[in-house]
Amino acid sequence: MTNTVVAVRGLRMRYGARDVLAEVDFEVCQGEVVCLLGPNGAGKTTTIEILEGFRIRTAGDVEVLGEDPAHAGEDWRARVGVVLQSWRDHPRWTPRSLLAQLGAYYAPYATAVVPRPIAVAELLDMVGLAEAADQRIVTLSGGQRRRLDVAVGIVGRPELLFLDEPTAGFDPHARREFHDLVHHLSDLEHTTILLTTHDLDEAEKLADRILILAEGRIVAAGSAEQLARRVAGTAEVRWSRAGETFVHATDDATAFVRGLLLDHGDEVADLEVRRPSLEDTYIALVHRQERAAGEAGAFMEAAR
Amino acid sequence: MSPSAHAVRLGARRGWTEFVQSVRSPQDQGYYLFTGLLVLGYLWIRRDDEVAGTDLLVPSVALPSILAGLVAFGVVVGPAYALAMAREDGTLLRHKAIPHGMRGYFTGQLLLQSLTILPQLLVILVPAFLLFDDVMAGSASGWLTVAWVLVLGMLAMMPLGMIIGALVPSTQKVGTWGMLPVLVLAAISGIFYPVQQLWGWVQVIAQIFPMYWLGLGMRSAFLPDSAATLEIAGNWRTLETVLVLGAWAVAGILVTPLVLRRMARRQSASAVEAGRQAALQWIR
Repeated sequence: MTNTVVAVRGLRMRYGARDVLAEVDFEVCQGEVVCLLGPNGAGKTTTIEILEGFRIRTAGDVEVLGEDPAHAGEDWRARVGVVLQSWRDHPRWTPRSLLAQLGAYYAPYATAVVPRPIAVAELLDMVGLAEAADQRIVTLSGGQRRRLDVAVGIVGRPELLFLDEPTAGFDPHARREFHDLVHHLSDLEHTTILLTTHDLDEAEKLADRILILAEGRIVAAGSAEQLARRVAGTAEVRWSRAGETFVHATDDATAFVRGLLLDHGDEVADLEVRRPSLEDTYIALVHRQERAAGEAGAFMEAAR
Repeated sequence: MSPSAHAVRLGARRGWTEFVQSVRSPQDQGYYLFTGLLVLGYLWIRRDDEVAGTDLLVPSVALPSILAGLVAFGVVVGPAYALAMAREDGTLLRHKAIPHGMRGYFTGQLLLQSLTILPQLLVILVPAFLLFDDVMAGSASGWLTVAWVLVLGMLAMMPLGMIIGALVPSTQKVGTWGMLPVLVLAAISGIFYPVQQLWGWVQVIAQIFPMYWLGLGMRSAFLPDSAATLEIAGNWRTLETVLVLGAWAVAGILVTPLVLRRMARRQSASAVEAGRQAALQWIR
């Protein structure tokens, strides 16, 4: 049996008359990297904040590391890491002094197996902040600040780490380094990671499993390939013959191409098989869900 | 050591670190220097004036009142700004995300805001002793009174600053909800002129709030007993000072944790993001 770290059943969140989360169900197992993907306003941040214990849900069952985050105590808090997006806090501190100060809170929660906190020098190296370690935080660049946010999130060596839009505002180089860090945490520290993003490329690179959240529901879940197959099982085959271009959609691209080559042999040129990308899948799923919600809304209007 | 006691210790370390940072920061040094020059300049101009009906000089009488006013201003507006800012910039949320972090944060604030009055007092008191005569009438006993009046006054007034900081909608509003009321209170609490010059009902209001008593206590410490004739009852009313300031302190100690807990519950990343957006948009 795999260990379930996060279990969400029938989660609902209502603000006023609007259901931000209508009916959310999912699980995250130990050691998994799960990515919550969805358009703006889909409820990603709300979901994460409920799991972090920062927001009280309207209804549903939520269990994180065996406890209800809405009522969990400080011992639970010590096992959970949260990466926050800061913008101007602690301007007069240095990364080294701040990490030492905040990390020390975790010292009473160290065990023989899990030494807490992570030593400051090691942590600075890990997130690539060693050179800026003694600079005042107010002088850090945006990218360095985000690295510091990540460092603060993992200083207590969490079993479960939450990352909400972690690479927003990163340049491609910083993004690559951040992805390496996530792999490091997942592979070497066995940290379970739940992150949100609207960057499809990032989701595909990092996640073992992707959950697509749209209109307050999980509309699809699975690995990037599984999702792609599920939505648009068809691949697109393009080729040209005698100066003419052909396009054919098929469920079994291999068989089709074999037939094509058998029939026409050398005449076939510019052969290209295009599988649906995660982006195609995502757009299709979100669009389908939005249309369904729109129709339901229209139906409600008509019924009135 | 239990994790919560450990957090209190870390909070104290945090408060000390931030105090040292503040003392070293040109921005904060500028504030102390500015208030110091302002107060000393005023006292210098009036250094030869006598207070009507006594043989006391204006600087002697005005100094303890002004010090009380500055301390009151500092311990209300300081925490109000600090807390409003911590809510807005995510400092509080960071502490909410770590075990016993909130306990540490508030311990740090308490220490930092208490220590902050020291440079404020020094920057005025030291030059005042060099520039003026008869600054402190009673010697050792006077300083003892200064100490307990300041501690009690701080306990009475700092909770107000924390509550304002916890309730203001944004840092920009601390001016309206924090600074303005304190200035109005200072105007009616006998800081700049005797409270008897105001209408009777204003005097009653002034005596409900702690600032008047903080000023009275400071005057009782610095001035000779003969100066008590200038006060409302013609004496220093030491017992009443202890009772009023003590009552405010007890009320503050009871109410503040409830307000802070409610505020902490509402902290979330979306709240911080909303605050950031609001701060970027000054005019709407």
